[in-house]
Amino acid sequence: MDGSHISPTGGNAIAACLAGASVKFGSFIALSDISLQIGAGEFWTILGPSGCGKSTMLRLVSDLVPPASGSVEILGKTTEAARLAREFAFVFQDATLLPWRSALKNVELPLEMGRSRGITIPRGDRSPRELLELVGLKGREDALPHELSGGMRQRVAIARALVCQPKLLLMDEPFGALDEMTRDRLNMQLLEIWRETGITCLFVTHSIPEAVLLGQKVLMLRAHPGGVKEVVEIDLPEPRHVELRETPDFNRYSAYLRKSLEEC
Amino acid sequence: MAVTESVADVPGPKPRAPSLIGRRLASAALPVGTAIALLLLWQIGVRVFEVPTYIAPAPTDVLAVFGEHFDLLLRNFWPTFTVSVVGFFAGNLAAILIAVTFVHSRLAERALFPIAVFINTIPILAIAPILVLIFGPGMTSKVVIAGLICFFPTLVNMVRGLQSVSPQTLELARILSASKSEIFWKMRLPSALPFLFSALKIAATTCVIGAIVSEWIGADVGLGALIIDSTFNFRSPMLYATVFMSSGLSVLLFALVTITEKLVVRW
Repeated sequence: MDGSHISPTGGNAIAACLAGASVKFGSFIALSDISLQIGAGEFWTILGPSGCGKSTMLRLVSDLVPPASGSVEILGKTTEAARLAREFAFVFQDATLLPWRSALKNVELPLEMGRSRGITIPRGDRSPRELLELVGLKGREDALPHELSGGMRQRVAIARALVCQPKLLLMDEPFGALDEMTRDRLNMQLLEIWRETGITCLFVTHSIPEAVLLGQKVLMLRAHPGGVKEVVEIDLPEPRHVELRETPDFNRYSAYLRKSLEEC
Repeated sequence: MAVTESVADVPGPKPRAPSLIGRRLASAALPVGTAIALLLLWQIGVRVFEVPTYIAPAPTDVLAVFGEHFDLLLRNFWPTFTVSVVGFFAGNLAAILIAVTFVHSRLAERALFPIAVFINTIPILAIAPILVLIFGPGMTSKVVIAGLICFFPTLVNMVRGLQSVSPQTLELARILSASKSEIFWKMRLPSALPFLFSALKIAATTCVIGAIVSEWIGADVGLGALIIDSTFNFRSPMLYATVFMSSGLSVLLFALVTITEKLVVRW
Protein backbone atom coordinates (compact mmCIF):
# COMPACT_ATOMS: atom_id res chain seq x y z
CA MET A 1 0.00 0.00 0.00
CA ASP A 2 2.02 2.97 1.20
CA GLY A 3 5.16 3.47 3.18
CA SER A 4 3.41 4.53 6.34
CA HIS A 5 2.82 0.99 7.50
CA ILE A 6 6.54 0.26 7.56
CA SER A 7 7.36 2.86 10.14
CA PRO A 8 6.29 1.69 13.58
CA THR A 9 4.11 3.93 15.65
CA GLY A 10 5.15 4.41 19.23
CA GLY A 11 8.69 3.92 20.42
CA ASN A 12 11.09 6.56 19.21
CA ALA A 13 9.46 7.19 15.83
CA ILE A 14 8.97 10.81 14.85
CA ALA A 15 5.48 11.76 13.76
CA ALA A 16 6.29 15.29 12.67
CA CYS A 17 9.59 17.06 12.26
CA LEU A 18 9.95 20.78 11.66
CA ALA A 19 13.42 22.10 10.85
CA GLY A 20 13.85 25.85 10.75
CA ALA A 21 10.43 26.27 9.21
CA SER A 22 9.06 29.77 8.59
CA VAL A 23 5.79 31.02 7.14
CA LYS A 24 5.38 34.36 5.44
CA PHE A 25 2.23 36.06 4.19
CA GLY A 26 3.65 38.67 1.86
CA SER A 27 6.14 40.58 3.95
CA PHE A 28 4.47 39.55 7.22
CA ILE A 29 6.35 36.84 9.07
CA ALA A 30 3.72 34.61 10.65
CA LEU A 31 6.11 31.98 11.99
CA SER A 32 9.86 32.12 12.08
CA ASP A 33 12.42 29.39 12.47
CA ILE A 34 10.38 26.63 14.08
CA SER A 35 12.32 23.50 14.92
CA LEU A 36 10.46 20.71 16.64
CA GLN A 37 10.31 16.96 16.79
CA ILE A 38 6.98 15.49 17.73
CA GLY A 39 7.26 11.88 18.79
CA ALA A 40 4.76 9.33 17.50
CA GLY A 41 1.91 8.76 19.90
CA GLU A 42 2.50 11.95 21.84
CA PHE A 43 -0.16 14.46 22.77
CA TRP A 44 0.96 18.05 22.27
CA THR A 45 -1.09 21.08 23.10
CA ILE A 46 -0.23 24.46 21.62
CA LEU A 47 -0.73 27.68 23.60
CA GLY A 48 0.15 31.26 22.83
CA PRO A 49 -1.21 34.80 22.66
CA SER A 50 -3.73 35.58 19.93
CA GLY A 51 -2.16 36.18 16.57
CA CYS A 52 0.97 34.22 17.42
CA GLY A 53 0.40 31.74 14.62
CA LYS A 54 -1.05 28.73 16.44
CA SER A 55 -3.47 28.02 13.62
CA THR A 56 -0.81 28.82 11.04
CA MET A 57 1.40 26.19 12.64
CA LEU A 58 -1.27 23.51 12.12
CA ARG A 59 -1.81 24.75 8.58
CA LEU A 60 1.91 24.49 7.96
CA VAL A 61 1.98 20.89 9.16
CA SER A 62 -1.13 19.99 7.18
CA ASP A 63 0.18 21.32 3.85
CA LEU A 64 -2.38 24.14 3.73
CA VAL A 65 0.35 26.79 3.78
CA PRO A 66 3.82 26.16 2.39
CA PRO A 67 6.97 26.93 4.40
CA ALA A 68 8.84 30.02 3.18
CA SER A 69 12.06 28.41 4.40
CA GLY A 70 13.07 25.29 6.27
CA SER A 71 11.23 22.01 6.00
CA VAL A 72 8.37 20.05 7.48
CA GLU A 73 8.21 16.27 7.40
CA ILE A 74 5.49 13.93 8.55
CA LEU A 75 6.55 10.35 9.23
CA GLY A 76 9.57 11.00 7.04
CA LYS A 77 7.51 12.20 4.09
CA THR A 78 6.89 15.64 2.69
CA THR A 79 3.66 17.19 3.87
CA GLU A 80 2.22 16.77 0.38
CA ALA A 81 3.02 13.06 0.26
CA ALA A 82 1.60 12.69 3.77
CA ARG A 83 -1.56 14.51 2.71
CA LEU A 84 -2.01 12.26 -0.33
CA ALA A 85 -1.50 9.20 1.88
CA ARG A 86 -3.99 10.56 4.43
CA GLU A 87 -1.38 10.36 7.19
CA PHE A 88 -2.99 13.26 9.03
CA ALA A 89 -6.48 14.60 9.60
CA PHE A 90 -7.71 18.02 10.66
CA VAL A 91 -10.47 18.98 13.07
CA PHE A 92 -11.54 22.61 12.73
CA GLN A 93 -12.93 24.94 15.35
CA ASP A 94 -16.26 24.85 13.58
CA ALA A 95 -17.28 21.26 12.89
CA THR A 96 -17.35 22.00 9.12
CA LEU A 97 -19.95 19.34 8.43
CA LEU A 98 -21.86 19.40 5.17
CA PRO A 99 -25.38 20.37 6.29
CA TRP A 100 -27.19 18.23 3.69
CA ARG A 101 -25.38 15.04 4.70
CA SER A 102 -26.38 12.84 7.61
CA ALA A 103 -23.88 12.24 10.41
CA LEU A 104 -22.88 8.93 8.85
CA LYS A 105 -22.55 10.42 5.36
CA ASN A 106 -20.36 13.18 6.79
CA VAL A 107 -18.07 10.61 8.38
CA GLU A 108 -17.87 8.83 5.02
CA LEU A 109 -16.90 12.02 3.14
CA PRO A 110 -13.11 11.39 3.27
CA LEU A 111 -13.68 8.00 1.63
CA GLU A 112 -15.34 9.72 -1.34
CA MET A 113 -13.07 12.71 -1.84
CA GLY A 114 -9.78 12.44 -3.68
CA ARG A 115 -10.88 9.42 -5.71
CA SER A 116 -10.77 11.28 -9.01
CA ARG A 117 -7.17 12.27 -8.25
CA GLY A 118 -6.43 8.58 -8.16
CA ILE A 119 -5.07 8.50 -4.61
CA THR A 120 -5.37 5.32 -2.61
CA ILE A 121 -7.74 6.02 0.21
CA PRO A 122 -6.80 3.99 3.25
CA ARG A 123 -9.69 2.49 5.16
CA GLY A 124 -9.35 2.30 8.90
CA ASP A 125 -10.03 -0.80 10.97
CA ARG A 126 -13.20 0.83 12.17
CA SER A 127 -16.15 1.43 9.87
CA PRO A 128 -17.81 4.87 9.83
CA ARG A 129 -20.65 3.35 11.85
CA GLU A 130 -18.23 2.03 14.50
CA LEU A 131 -16.50 5.41 14.65
CA LEU A 132 -19.78 7.14 15.38
CA GLU A 133 -20.30 4.60 18.13
CA LEU A 134 -16.78 5.32 19.41
CA VAL A 135 -17.60 9.01 19.78
CA GLY A 136 -20.88 8.18 21.49
CA LEU A 137 -23.30 8.88 18.64
CA LYS A 138 -24.76 5.42 18.15
CA GLY A 139 -28.33 5.76 16.94
CA ARG A 140 -27.81 9.25 15.49
CA GLU A 141 -26.31 8.04 12.19
CA ASP A 142 -29.12 9.46 10.10
CA ALA A 143 -29.40 12.81 11.90
CA LEU A 144 -28.63 15.91 9.88
CA PRO A 145 -26.10 18.34 11.39
CA HIS A 146 -28.77 20.91 12.28
CA GLU A 147 -30.51 18.26 14.35
CA LEU A 148 -27.39 17.75 16.48
CA SER A 149 -25.99 19.90 19.28
CA GLY A 150 -22.67 21.72 18.91
CA GLY A 151 -20.87 19.05 20.92
CA MET A 152 -22.38 16.25 18.85
CA ARG A 153 -21.41 17.98 15.63
CA GLN A 154 -17.83 18.26 16.83
CA ARG A 155 -17.88 14.55 17.69
CA VAL A 156 -19.03 13.77 14.14
CA ALA A 157 -16.08 15.86 12.93
CA ILE A 158 -13.72 13.79 15.10
CA ALA A 159 -15.19 10.54 13.76
CA ARG A 160 -14.73 11.89 10.23
CA ALA A 161 -11.09 12.73 11.01
CA LEU A 162 -10.48 9.16 12.18
CA VAL A 163 -12.10 7.37 9.24
CA CYS A 164 -8.87 6.94 7.26
CA GLN A 165 -7.00 5.95 10.40
CA PRO A 166 -4.48 8.81 10.33
CA LYS A 167 -1.29 8.74 12.38
CA LEU A 168 -1.48 12.42 13.22
CA LEU A 169 -4.53 14.34 14.37
CA LEU A 170 -4.41 18.14 14.07
CA MET A 171 -7.02 20.00 16.05
CA ASP A 172 -7.58 23.76 15.90
CA GLU A 173 -9.47 24.82 19.05
CA PRO A 174 -12.00 22.07 18.39
CA PHE A 175 -13.93 22.61 21.61
CA GLY A 176 -13.49 26.40 21.81
CA ALA A 177 -17.11 27.18 21.06
CA LEU A 178 -18.60 24.63 23.49
CA ASP A 179 -19.85 25.07 27.03
CA GLU A 180 -17.70 24.00 29.98
CA MET A 181 -19.50 20.71 30.71
CA THR A 182 -19.55 19.55 27.10
CA ARG A 183 -15.93 20.51 26.73
CA ASP A 184 -14.92 18.42 29.77
CA ARG A 185 -16.78 15.43 28.43
CA LEU A 186 -15.26 15.74 24.98
CA ASN A 187 -11.77 16.23 26.45
CA MET A 188 -12.07 12.94 28.30
CA GLN A 189 -13.47 11.21 25.24
CA LEU A 190 -10.60 12.53 23.14
CA LEU A 191 -8.01 11.24 25.64
CA GLU A 192 -9.71 7.85 25.56
CA ILE A 193 -9.55 7.76 21.77
CA TRP A 194 -5.92 8.87 21.91
CA ARG A 195 -4.98 6.11 24.34
CA GLU A 196 -6.90 3.51 22.39
CA THR A 197 -5.62 4.37 18.91
CA GLY A 198 -2.08 5.49 19.73
CA ILE A 199 -2.58 8.47 17.42
CA THR A 200 -0.35 11.53 17.67
CA CYS A 201 -2.24 14.70 18.59
CA LEU A 202 -1.45 18.35 17.99
CA PHE A 203 -4.13 20.37 19.76
CA VAL A 204 -4.36 24.16 19.60
CA THR A 205 -6.24 25.80 22.47
CA HIS A 206 -6.44 29.14 24.24
CA SER A 207 -7.43 27.56 27.52
CA ILE A 208 -4.54 26.94 29.91
CA PRO A 209 -6.40 24.27 31.96
CA GLU A 210 -7.32 22.43 28.77
CA ALA A 211 -3.70 22.56 27.59
CA VAL A 212 -2.46 21.10 30.89
CA LEU A 213 -5.21 18.52 31.19
CA LEU A 214 -4.69 17.09 27.70
CA GLY A 215 -1.06 17.67 26.85
CA GLN A 216 1.93 15.56 27.60
CA LYS A 217 3.83 18.49 26.23
CA VAL A 218 2.69 22.09 25.97
CA LEU A 219 4.19 24.08 23.14
CA MET A 220 4.22 27.77 24.07
CA LEU A 221 4.40 30.07 21.08
CA ARG A 222 5.33 33.74 21.24
CA ALA A 223 4.09 36.48 18.93
CA HIS A 224 5.78 39.05 16.65
CA PRO A 225 7.27 37.15 15.05
CA GLY A 226 5.59 33.85 15.84
CA GLY A 227 8.00 31.27 17.13
CA VAL A 228 8.62 28.69 19.82
CA LYS A 229 8.97 30.19 23.28
CA GLU A 230 9.31 26.96 25.17
CA VAL A 231 8.12 23.39 25.43
CA VAL A 232 6.81 22.41 28.85
CA GLU A 233 6.56 18.72 29.73
CA ILE A 234 3.50 17.99 31.79
CA ASP A 235 4.29 15.18 34.18
CA LEU A 236 0.87 14.28 35.52
CA PRO A 237 -0.40 10.77 36.27
CA GLU A 238 -2.05 8.85 33.42
CA PRO A 239 -4.82 8.28 32.61
CA ARG A 240 -5.78 11.91 33.07
CA HIS A 241 -9.12 12.83 34.53
CA VAL A 242 -10.96 16.11 35.10
CA GLU A 243 -10.50 15.81 38.89
CA LEU A 244 -6.81 16.31 38.21
CA ARG A 245 -7.58 20.00 37.89
CA GLU A 246 -8.02 20.31 41.66
CA THR A 247 -4.53 18.94 42.44
CA PRO A 248 -1.61 21.18 43.46
CA ASP A 249 0.59 19.82 40.65
CA PHE A 250 -1.99 20.81 38.07
CA ASN A 251 -2.27 24.30 39.53
CA ARG A 252 1.48 24.68 39.52
CA TYR A 253 1.65 23.91 35.81
CA SER A 254 -1.26 26.26 35.13
CA ALA A 255 0.36 29.09 37.11
CA TYR A 256 3.65 28.56 35.35
CA LEU A 257 2.04 28.61 31.90
CA ARG A 258 -0.02 31.67 32.77
CA LYS A 259 3.14 33.52 33.71
CA SER A 260 4.90 32.30 30.60
CA LEU A 261 1.98 33.44 28.47
CA GLU A 262 2.10 36.91 30.02
CA GLU A 263 5.77 37.23 29.12
CA CYS A 264 5.03 36.58 25.46
CA MET B 1 -40.42 17.46 11.40
CA ALA B 2 -39.68 13.89 12.35
CA VAL B 3 -41.22 14.49 15.74
CA THR B 4 -44.56 15.72 14.42
CA GLU B 5 -44.70 12.85 11.94
CA SER B 6 -44.14 10.24 14.61
CA VAL B 7 -46.80 11.92 16.75
CA ALA B 8 -49.25 11.70 13.88
CA ASP B 9 -48.43 8.01 13.38
CA VAL B 10 -49.36 7.07 16.92
CA PRO B 11 -52.82 5.48 16.97
CA GLY B 12 -55.42 6.45 19.54
CA PRO B 13 -56.06 9.96 20.77
CA LYS B 14 -54.58 12.57 18.48
CA PRO B 15 -54.93 15.85 20.29
CA ARG B 16 -52.15 17.60 18.34
CA ALA B 17 -53.20 17.06 14.74
CA PRO B 18 -56.64 18.75 14.92
CA SER B 19 -55.28 21.64 16.94
CA LEU B 20 -52.55 22.12 14.33
CA ILE B 21 -55.14 22.14 11.54
CA GLY B 22 -57.28 24.42 13.67
CA ARG B 23 -54.43 26.88 14.04
CA ARG B 24 -53.73 26.74 10.30
CA LEU B 25 -57.39 27.46 9.59
CA ALA B 26 -57.43 30.31 12.08
CA SER B 27 -54.37 31.92 10.50
CA ALA B 28 -55.88 31.50 7.02
CA ALA B 29 -59.27 32.85 8.13
CA LEU B 30 -58.08 36.45 8.52
CA PRO B 31 -56.71 37.07 4.99
CA VAL B 32 -59.52 35.03 3.40
CA GLY B 33 -62.10 37.00 5.38
CA THR B 34 -60.50 40.28 4.36
CA ALA B 35 -60.51 39.24 0.70
CA ILE B 36 -64.20 38.30 0.87
CA ALA B 37 -64.99 41.61 2.57
CA LEU B 38 -63.15 43.56 -0.14
CA LEU B 39 -64.96 41.62 -2.90
CA LEU B 40 -68.28 42.39 -1.21
CA LEU B 41 -67.34 46.06 -0.95
CA TRP B 42 -66.44 46.05 -4.62
CA GLN B 43 -69.70 44.37 -5.60
CA ILE B 44 -71.80 46.81 -3.52
CA GLY B 45 -69.77 49.83 -4.70
CA VAL B 46 -70.21 48.96 -8.38
CA ARG B 47 -73.97 48.40 -7.95
CA VAL B 48 -74.64 51.43 -5.72
CA PHE B 49 -72.70 53.92 -7.85
CA GLU B 50 -73.91 52.24 -11.06
CA VAL B 51 -70.44 51.96 -12.52
CA PRO B 52 -70.64 50.86 -16.19
CA THR B 53 -69.47 47.27 -16.70
CA TYR B 54 -66.82 48.25 -19.27
CA ILE B 55 -65.13 50.51 -16.66
CA ALA B 56 -65.28 48.12 -13.72
CA PRO B 57 -67.25 44.88 -13.77
CA ALA B 58 -68.78 43.52 -10.59
CA PRO B 59 -67.21 40.34 -9.17
CA THR B 60 -70.33 38.43 -10.15
CA ASP B 61 -69.86 39.55 -13.78
CA VAL B 62 -66.32 38.22 -13.72
CA LEU B 63 -67.52 34.99 -12.14
CA ALA B 64 -70.10 34.67 -14.90
CA VAL B 65 -67.33 34.82 -17.52
CA PHE B 66 -65.59 31.90 -15.77
CA GLY B 67 -68.85 29.98 -16.02
CA GLU B 68 -69.71 30.82 -19.64
CA HIS B 69 -66.33 31.11 -21.31
CA PHE B 70 -64.16 28.76 -19.31
CA ASP B 71 -63.15 26.77 -22.42
CA LEU B 72 -61.99 30.01 -24.10
CA LEU B 73 -59.96 30.95 -21.03
CA LEU B 74 -58.47 27.47 -20.87
CA ARG B 75 -57.69 27.49 -24.61
CA ASN B 76 -55.64 30.64 -24.02
CA PHE B 77 -54.21 29.41 -20.73
CA TRP B 78 -52.25 26.46 -22.11
CA PRO B 79 -50.10 28.39 -24.66
CA THR B 80 -49.11 30.86 -21.92
CA PHE B 81 -48.43 27.97 -19.56
CA THR B 82 -46.18 26.33 -22.14
CA VAL B 83 -44.25 29.53 -22.90
CA SER B 84 -43.84 30.26 -19.16
CA VAL B 85 -42.58 26.78 -18.30
CA VAL B 86 -40.26 26.41 -21.30
CA GLY B 87 -38.96 29.96 -20.72
CA PHE B 88 -38.51 29.18 -17.03
CA PHE B 89 -36.36 26.14 -17.78
CA ALA B 90 -34.41 27.77 -20.61
CA GLY B 91 -33.68 31.01 -18.73
CA ASN B 92 -32.73 29.32 -15.48
CA LEU B 93 -30.62 26.65 -17.15
CA ALA B 94 -28.68 29.34 -19.01
CA ALA B 95 -28.25 31.31 -15.77
CA ILE B 96 -27.03 28.24 -13.88
CA LEU B 97 -24.53 27.28 -16.58
CA ILE B 98 -23.17 30.83 -16.83
CA ALA B 99 -22.94 31.05 -13.02
CA VAL B 100 -20.87 27.85 -13.01
CA THR B 101 -18.61 29.37 -15.66
CA PHE B 102 -18.23 32.57 -13.63
CA VAL B 103 -17.25 30.70 -10.50
CA HIS B 104 -14.57 28.75 -12.34
CA SER B 105 -13.26 31.61 -14.47
CA ARG B 106 -12.67 35.09 -13.11
CA LEU B 107 -11.96 36.23 -16.65
CA ALA B 108 -15.39 35.14 -17.89
CA GLU B 109 -17.05 36.86 -14.95
CA ARG B 110 -15.24 40.14 -15.53
CA ALA B 111 -15.96 40.01 -19.26
CA LEU B 112 -19.63 39.01 -19.14
CA PHE B 113 -21.09 40.17 -15.84
CA PRO B 114 -21.29 43.90 -16.75
CA ILE B 115 -23.07 42.92 -19.97
CA ALA B 116 -25.52 40.80 -18.01
CA VAL B 117 -26.19 43.78 -15.73
CA PHE B 118 -26.71 46.03 -18.76
CA ILE B 119 -29.20 43.64 -20.37
CA ASN B 120 -31.01 43.42 -17.06
CA THR B 121 -31.42 47.20 -16.95
CA ILE B 122 -33.37 47.23 -20.23
CA PRO B 123 -37.10 47.05 -19.42
CA ILE B 124 -38.57 43.80 -20.69
CA LEU B 125 -41.28 45.79 -22.50
CA ALA B 126 -38.61 47.67 -24.41
CA ILE B 127 -36.55 44.65 -25.40
CA ALA B 128 -39.50 42.38 -26.27
CA PRO B 129 -40.22 43.96 -29.70
CA ILE B 130 -36.52 43.70 -30.57
CA LEU B 131 -36.55 40.00 -29.73
CA VAL B 132 -39.68 39.45 -31.79
CA LEU B 133 -37.95 41.13 -34.74
CA ILE B 134 -34.91 38.90 -34.29
CA PHE B 135 -36.60 35.56 -33.60
CA GLY B 136 -39.85 36.06 -35.46
CA PRO B 137 -43.38 35.95 -34.07
CA GLY B 138 -43.29 32.22 -33.25
CA MET B 139 -42.63 30.25 -30.11
CA THR B 140 -38.89 31.02 -30.01
CA SER B 141 -39.20 34.75 -29.35
CA LYS B 142 -41.81 34.14 -26.65
CA VAL B 143 -39.63 31.61 -24.86
CA VAL B 144 -36.62 33.93 -25.12
CA ILE B 145 -38.59 36.80 -23.55
CA ALA B 146 -39.91 34.61 -20.71
CA GLY B 147 -36.45 33.13 -20.21
CA LEU B 148 -34.71 36.50 -20.23
CA ILE B 149 -36.82 37.81 -17.37
CA CYS B 150 -35.86 34.76 -15.23
CA PHE B 151 -32.21 34.95 -16.10
CA PHE B 152 -30.69 37.68 -14.00
CA PRO B 153 -31.97 36.91 -10.46
CA THR B 154 -30.95 33.27 -10.93
CA LEU B 155 -27.51 34.23 -12.24
CA VAL B 156 -26.78 36.49 -9.26
CA ASN B 157 -28.14 34.05 -6.67
CA MET B 158 -26.43 31.05 -8.20
CA VAL B 159 -23.04 32.78 -8.25
CA ARG B 160 -23.49 33.72 -4.60
CA GLY B 161 -24.62 30.21 -3.76
CA LEU B 162 -21.68 28.54 -5.46
CA GLN B 163 -19.35 30.88 -3.59
CA SER B 164 -21.08 30.32 -0.25
CA VAL B 165 -18.86 27.34 0.67
CA SER B 166 -16.95 28.33 3.83
CA PRO B 167 -13.16 28.73 3.68
CA GLN B 168 -12.84 25.93 6.26
CA THR B 169 -14.84 23.56 4.06
CA LEU B 170 -12.47 24.34 1.20
CA GLU B 171 -9.51 23.68 3.51
CA LEU B 172 -11.10 20.35 4.40
CA ALA B 173 -11.39 19.60 0.68
CA ARG B 174 -7.72 20.40 0.20
CA ILE B 175 -6.65 18.20 3.09
CA LEU B 176 -8.69 15.41 1.48
CA SER B 177 -6.86 16.14 -1.82
CA ALA B 178 -10.21 16.67 -3.53
CA SER B 179 -10.32 17.50 -7.23
CA LYS B 180 -12.15 20.53 -8.60
CA SER B 181 -15.02 18.41 -9.86
CA GLU B 182 -15.41 16.68 -6.48
CA ILE B 183 -15.50 20.07 -4.76
CA PHE B 184 -18.10 21.22 -7.28
CA TRP B 185 -20.44 18.23 -7.08
CA LYS B 186 -20.10 17.42 -3.40
CA MET B 187 -19.68 20.89 -1.87
CA ARG B 188 -20.42 23.86 -4.14
CA LEU B 189 -23.54 22.63 -5.89
CA PRO B 190 -25.42 21.44 -2.79
CA SER B 191 -24.42 24.67 -0.98
CA ALA B 192 -25.93 26.66 -3.83
CA LEU B 193 -29.32 24.90 -3.80
CA PRO B 194 -31.02 27.10 -1.15
CA PHE B 195 -29.84 30.19 -3.06
CA LEU B 196 -31.01 28.68 -6.34
CA PHE B 197 -34.49 27.99 -4.99
CA SER B 198 -34.83 31.58 -3.74
CA ALA B 199 -34.18 32.68 -7.30
CA LEU B 200 -36.45 30.02 -8.81
CA LYS B 201 -39.34 31.28 -6.67
CA ILE B 202 -38.86 34.74 -8.15
CA ALA B 203 -38.54 33.23 -11.62
CA ALA B 204 -41.75 31.18 -11.19
CA THR B 205 -43.79 34.38 -11.10
CA THR B 206 -41.73 36.57 -13.44
CA CYS B 207 -41.67 34.00 -16.28
CA VAL B 208 -45.46 34.41 -16.50
CA ILE B 209 -44.99 38.18 -16.86
CA GLY B 210 -42.48 37.51 -19.64
CA ALA B 211 -44.87 35.10 -21.39
CA ILE B 212 -47.77 37.58 -21.26
CA VAL B 213 -45.63 40.48 -22.49
CA SER B 214 -44.43 38.29 -25.37
CA GLU B 215 -48.06 37.58 -26.31
CA TRP B 216 -48.87 41.26 -26.44
CA ILE B 217 -46.75 41.57 -29.52
CA GLY B 218 -48.51 39.98 -32.43
CA ALA B 219 -49.75 36.75 -30.86
CA ASP B 220 -53.25 35.47 -31.57
CA VAL B 221 -53.50 33.00 -28.69
CA GLY B 222 -52.46 33.09 -25.05
CA LEU B 223 -53.57 35.02 -21.98
CA GLY B 224 -51.54 38.04 -23.17
CA ALA B 225 -53.36 38.11 -26.49
CA LEU B 226 -56.69 37.69 -24.71
CA ILE B 227 -55.87 40.65 -22.43
CA ILE B 228 -55.20 42.87 -25.46
CA ASP B 229 -58.29 41.61 -27.27
CA SER B 230 -60.58 42.11 -24.26
CA THR B 231 -59.20 45.58 -23.58
CA PHE B 232 -59.73 46.87 -27.12
CA ASN B 233 -63.21 45.37 -27.30
CA PHE B 234 -64.24 46.74 -23.88
CA ARG B 235 -64.93 43.21 -22.63
CA SER B 236 -63.98 44.12 -19.09
CA PRO B 237 -65.35 41.02 -17.34
CA MET B 238 -63.29 38.88 -19.74
CA LEU B 239 -60.25 41.08 -19.10
CA TYR B 240 -60.60 40.63 -15.36
CA ALA B 241 -61.11 36.89 -15.70
CA THR B 242 -57.95 36.69 -17.83
CA VAL B 243 -56.00 38.63 -15.21
CA PHE B 244 -57.14 36.14 -12.57
CA MET B 245 -56.12 33.25 -14.81
CA SER B 246 -52.68 34.83 -15.23
CA SER B 247 -52.13 35.27 -11.52
CA GLY B 248 -53.45 31.74 -11.00
CA LEU B 249 -50.75 30.50 -13.36
CA SER B 250 -48.09 32.37 -11.33
CA VAL B 251 -49.41 30.90 -8.10
CA LEU B 252 -49.40 27.41 -9.62
CA LEU B 253 -45.78 27.66 -10.78
CA PHE B 254 -44.73 29.22 -7.47
CA ALA B 255 -46.38 26.37 -5.57
CA LEU B 256 -44.65 23.78 -7.77
CA VAL B 257 -41.25 25.34 -7.09
CA THR B 258 -41.97 25.58 -3.35
CA ILE B 259 -43.00 21.91 -3.18
CA THR B 260 -39.87 20.89 -5.11
CA GLU B 261 -37.74 22.95 -2.71
CA LYS B 262 -39.29 21.21 0.30
CA LEU B 263 -38.45 17.84 -1.25
CA VAL B 264 -34.89 18.74 -2.27
CA VAL B 265 -33.60 21.13 0.42
CA ARG B 266 -34.24 19.19 3.60
CA TRP B 267 -31.49 20.75 5.73
